[in-house]
Amino acid sequence: MIWNPTFECMSREDMHRCQSRRLSDMVERVYHNVPFYRNKMQEVGIHPEDIQSIDDLSKLPFTTKQDLRDNYPYGLFAVPMSEIVRVHASSGTTGKPTVVGYTRKDLGTWSEVVARTLTCAGAHKHDVIHIAYGYGLFTGGLGLHYGSEKIGATVIPVSGGNTQRQLQIMQDFGSSILACTPSYALYLAEALEEFKIKRSDLKLRVGVFGAEPWTENMRREIEAKWSIKAIDIFGLSEVIGPGVSAECSQQDGLHVFEDHFIPEIVDPVTLKPLPEGHTGELVFTTITKEGLPLLRYRTRDLTSLNYQTCGCGRTLVRMKKCTGRSDDMLIIRGVNLFPSQIETVLLNMSETKPHYMIIVDRVNNLDTLEIWVEVEQEFFMDRISEFQNLTRKIQHNIESATGLGVNVKLVEPKTIERSEGKAKRVIDKRKF
Amino acid sequence: MIIKQLSIFLENKSGRLADVLGVLGDAGIAIKALTIADTSEYGILRLIVSDDAKALEALRSEGFSVNFTDVISIATPSEAGSFANILKIMAANSISVEYMYAFSFNQKAAIVMRPENITRTIEVMKSQGIDLITSSELRAM
Ligand SMILES: [Zn+2]
Repeated sequence: MIWNPTFECMSREDMHRCQSRRLSDMVERVYHNVPFYRNKMQEVGIHPEDIQSIDDLSKLPFTTKQDLRDNYPYGLFAVPMSEIVRVHASSGTTGKPTVVGYTRKDLGTWSEVVARTLTCAGAHKHDVIHIAYGYGLFTGGLGLHYGSEKIGATVIPVSGGNTQRQLQIMQDFGSSILACTPSYALYLAEALEEFKIKRSDLKLRVGVFGAEPWTENMRREIEAKWSIKAIDIFGLSEVIGPGVSAECSQQDGLHVFEDHFIPEIVDPVTLKPLPEGHTGELVFTTITKEGLPLLRYRTRDLTSLNYQTCGCGRTLVRMKKCTGRSDDMLIIRGVNLFPSQIETVLLNMSETKPHYMIIVDRVNNLDTLEIWVEVEQEFFMDRISEFQNLTRKIQHNIESATGLGVNVKLVEPKTIERSEGKAKRVIDKRKF
Repeated sequence: MIIKQLSIFLENKSGRLADVLGVLGDAGIAIKALTIADTSEYGILRLIVSDDAKALEALRSEGFSVNFTDVISIATPSEAGSFANILKIMAANSISVEYMYAFSFNQKAAIVMRPENITRTIEVMKSQGIDLITSSELRAM
């Protein structure tokens, strides 16, 4: 089934017209309502009249996560706060989160694209959708929630954590669709045995997994362990949250809901648009959002686009599964982490210097995070308890800055490689 | 009366103790006393050496995290109960000790300790007629 065939199966010509009209409206709107965008456009000598169609898209300036941070919290909102009915936020590099705002219409759009996502994955009103994404400032939980209600399914807002309770509810409430991160799906599968819950007592048939990169191997593993179809869904809070793109039953690329979000692929170095099929950085321009419209937002995710009509009948462009990034952001248990966050914590402590190494691994399908910190000569101590207190203090400070549980290990001075250019700060042992 | 002890942070990796001793040996420094306090991941190597300043410099230039800690050292007479007697005096004067370890000194046993308040401990020991080993005595060993 297709939730909105008018847009999802629209001819490429009609889509071009629809996007062009919406784009020029949006540019007009942000030019007049957001000083930041007006200044940026004036800097490159672009006026709203210059943007007549989607072919003019590349004339527009880019927007980055740094721009959102510089305008923290509400600086890029294009409507008065009285029109904003919801705010979400994602973790940022300097402790300041990235804040996104939604008007009532935006929430409607969000429900619509998540409804399309779920329908794309094969969900319908008879399904019981088990949402194990976190509810709160994170867009995962609430995003899936409203879309599930929109398709008329039964929603179980379990939120994250408490594995035994998750499985018990899946069994007792008859969950047929599981929404969570792919690594948590694997973790839950392995916990079945531990809590003596029989797969045959569960009604699960489909999983919609996102918020972190995962490989085809991981998909096969999840599908085999659960005997379900594992569908990749994609979104980022800056653009809207979950519901930016989703796989259909063909599992051959994620359909981008491009009547709302126009995707482009650019060379991450030259920033020149790349032709269809070439891998580069994914860039989104939102064309219907009111609260926080984005002009050519650089996602840092690396992928490519395919405009061929899909076997499912949708004409929407498909993006390949994202497996890499053009920056140093790590996604750990669905939470974004930049090495600079660790650096800031260590710089703010008198006992440490930012000589550190981040080691990420996946043990029993759960991401582990270990930070090695060099002991400084100036702050040398003579008692084991002092070192233990220091370890605990670093651990605590990192946890409160990033929201991630971490294991801190003290190492001897100069054991972490120094380099002239960009130091290698991360060892990611996970296989994507 | 105060003796400078070297405290060195070491990861629990094989060969690290040998590395430290190698650096000191190459610099012609003799080791008078040695002890290690450790956890599963790292430890603190505590050393009393013939030339503390030279040892500090040699180890630092090799990148070790090393510093001085003030400790005192007491030679215990060989009669039975002499060590117990010292501990009794310390308890009576409420002297608490972070750690202590023993080594041999002129064929006698000696102990090194890091008391919480080193100046007061020295005063108490003196007033009780207990001999503290000086750094020059140690050097001459
Ligand atoms: Zn399709």
